[in-house]
Amino acid sequence: MLFGLFGKLSFKGGVHPPHHKHSTQSVPIQELPPPPALVIPLSQHLGAPAAAVVKKGDQVKIGQVLAEAGGFVSAPVHASVSGKVTGVGASPHPSGKHVTAVEIENDTTDARVDFSGINWREDAPQAIVNRIADAGIVGMGGASFPSHVKLSPPSNKPIDTLILNGAECEPYLTADHRIMLEQTDAIILGMQILKKALNAHRVFIGIEDNKPDAIAKLEEAIRAGSYENTSVARLRAKYPQGGEKQLIQAVTRRQVPSGGLPMDVGCVVHNVGTALAVWDAVINGVPLYQRVVTVTGPTVGKPSNLLVRIGTPVRSVLEHCETDLDRTKKVIMGGPMMGLALPEIDAPVVKSTSGILALDTTTPAVRAHDCISCGNCVKACPIHLMPSVLGKLVDREMYDDADRYNVLDCIECGSCAYVCPSKINLVHFMKLGKYHVTAARKAARKKQ
Amino acid sequence: MADEIPQHRLHLSTSPHIRYGDSVPSVMLSVVLALVPALVASIVFFGARSLALVTTCIVSCCATEWTISVFFLKKGNTLGDFSALVTAMLLAFNLPPDLPWWMAAVGSVFAIGVAKMVFGGLGNNFINPALAGRAFLMASYPAAMTAFRAPRGGTLSGLPQSIDGITSATPLKTFADAMASGNFEALEFQLALPDLFLGKVGGCIGETSVLALLLGATILWYRRAIGFRIPVSYIGTVFVLFWLFNGTGSLVTSEALIVPIFHVLSGGLMLGALFMATDMVTSPITPIGKIIFGTGCGVLTFLIRKFGGYPEGVSYSILLMNLVVPLIDRYTRPRIYGKVEKRA
Repeated sequence: MLFGLFGKLSFKGGVHPPHHKHSTQSVPIQELPPPPALVIPLSQHLGAPAAAVVKKGDQVKIGQVLAEAGGFVSAPVHASVSGKVTGVGASPHPSGKHVTAVEIENDTTDARVDFSGINWREDAPQAIVNRIADAGIVGMGGASFPSHVKLSPPSNKPIDTLILNGAECEPYLTADHRIMLEQTDAIILGMQILKKALNAHRVFIGIEDNKPDAIAKLEEAIRAGSYENTSVARLRAKYPQGGEKQLIQAVTRRQVPSGGLPMDVGCVVHNVGTALAVWDAVINGVPLYQRVVTVTGPTVGKPSNLLVRIGTPVRSVLEHCETDLDRTKKVIMGGPMMGLALPEIDAPVVKSTSGILALDTTTPAVRAHDCISCGNCVKACPIHLMPSVLGKLVDREMYDDADRYNVLDCIECGSCAYVCPSKINLVHFMKLGKYHVTAARKAARKKQ
Repeated sequence: MADEIPQHRLHLSTSPHIRYGDSVPSVMLSVVLALVPALVASIVFFGARSLALVTTCIVSCCATEWTISVFFLKKGNTLGDFSALVTAMLLAFNLPPDLPWWMAAVGSVFAIGVAKMVFGGLGNNFINPALAGRAFLMASYPAAMTAFRAPRGGTLSGLPQSIDGITSATPLKTFADAMASGNFEALEFQLALPDLFLGKVGGCIGETSVLALLLGATILWYRRAIGFRIPVSYIGTVFVLFWLFNGTGSLVTSEALIVPIFHVLSGGLMLGALFMATDMVTSPITPIGKIIFGTGCGVLTFLIRKFGGYPEGVSYSILLMNLVVPLIDRYTRPRIYGKVEKRA
């Protein structure tokens, strides 16, 4: 495709945090032996929690449904080990809340239910979407939005472009990089399956130029398989290049309308990890019960890319990687720019866990100094907001003004707070502002 | 309950969990570092008086900041952000070499106490504290504030001794007088350009050496502590306006170019455009706003120098533009991503 000739694709704004990927980018994926006990939350996706269909004392096998989708925007949850259900109740969750989870005692036999794929080349697109829904696949880049919903656009929003997100712009993370190198053909096949499900005309896989080996390997595999309308989009390494809106802008030059969705500009974006899970579900019939997780950070003794069963406690993962917990001040699920700080490391790995990061540093809770109006945040914001102004408006509880300054368009990428010399926790103010503006809008609608 | 204290207490915060290395103190310290070349130049040309003035301002600015932040604002000691140090050096740079030390101290107390701390300290002031201090001193002690002396080894006006014998005023004053008297000889002023660039002319202690100021600004550009928009639009506007209205009746002769070059190199323009107009707190935050701000400063400086009663207009131009910064920011909001028509 022509896009390759344009050189590196990018967007306006953004920041350049140090990549920190060297310690894991050439470490092959290894399987983490499942621990003796797992905690599998029923809420691992955006939308309604799944409804449990097992109870204490039940015997389960790998791949068995533990809980069924609680609605259309929801996803089922499957057993990731074989063994006995020891309880269904409130357990630690990465969000910091305690949510309903199925606890399983591992019998270490790894007995599996029978898996069988479908004939996707012959079947209707809806059959593919149904299979993806049944496999419990959600966005694996971190957003955890149920994938089948994104594959079911309304008929008045035709999709012409599917973009696979292999940018992996978050520092430290290399899970997507490794699967692109080690599961190249599966990902490309997954792309083709998704392309058929969407009836998309063309498909791109966006990769930052700091992963030249992945770009080369995918281009080679696409050539070898002579896939139609499939190409690699070489992206400039810049954060947040893998943000959905930034990726669409970089690859297609289209802008998702404010308040709209990618489908409004004919695009759908899926993570490369999601494509791999789709391949496994459609070709082999295997539901999403494990994923690749990058485990790294200054206090991790053996930084690794691990294939981890969903429900494995973060503590087991960190201990396996010889983490110095005494020196660890912060544990992040996800990347350092958008990941969640974990209040307790007994929370389990979930479907959207792309990385576990152990840091020996902390950041100021609110701010170190007052805003000095340097404007660095304005330059960094990939949505072209004025974060310092929004921060002040929200701090003064001026939510109407925050609404006028488009606080709801913030994607919470953290670029503004990253560059702030006053170390103001701007993302905190954005989240707070979005919460209040949304509530105020809802109240106004009710009144009418 | 005591035995339920978790083994590992983890920090919690909103993302992002890593931050860029620059902080307010590191930015301010780089400004201090960038002012050192000009400080050295001022000591070379005006002797130990420069050092004494700078020291006086530092001591009195820091004392004022500490007293107010600790006892009145109850913010604790804010000297650690080094912004008072920057204000002190900039104020001192805007003072003539022989100003009595106590006047420098009075100016410092006004700059920090009234222009900055009254509004809540660093980040909350709306005008440049150093310039406010200078304006206060200009209004209070006009004679002392305009009593300049010749630099070591040079003349007050920067013109050779033979010509300077008749004038004995600062370069800008000499220029304005020549223009007013109708005896303007552009080629004469060409002779002043090398000394103007080096700083071997009369003026405030830190403003004379264009060379030293540019050297310092290069540090700030390299450290990305300041951008190019404000200085380039400010200096560019002054240059273009003095070139268009150069008074020689031509745009293409060498005399026509001497006028704008002379104006760019003289007075406080370099110090103002590189170090005072670029003050983050009191300049716009939007990229377009910075250009409007710099251009506005340039226009005002041109108007004051060309038509005003003062030969110099840099500090009042910046102060006036400081006042409209909130307005500029409001009307130069960037167009956000996705403010586009939905595809049908």
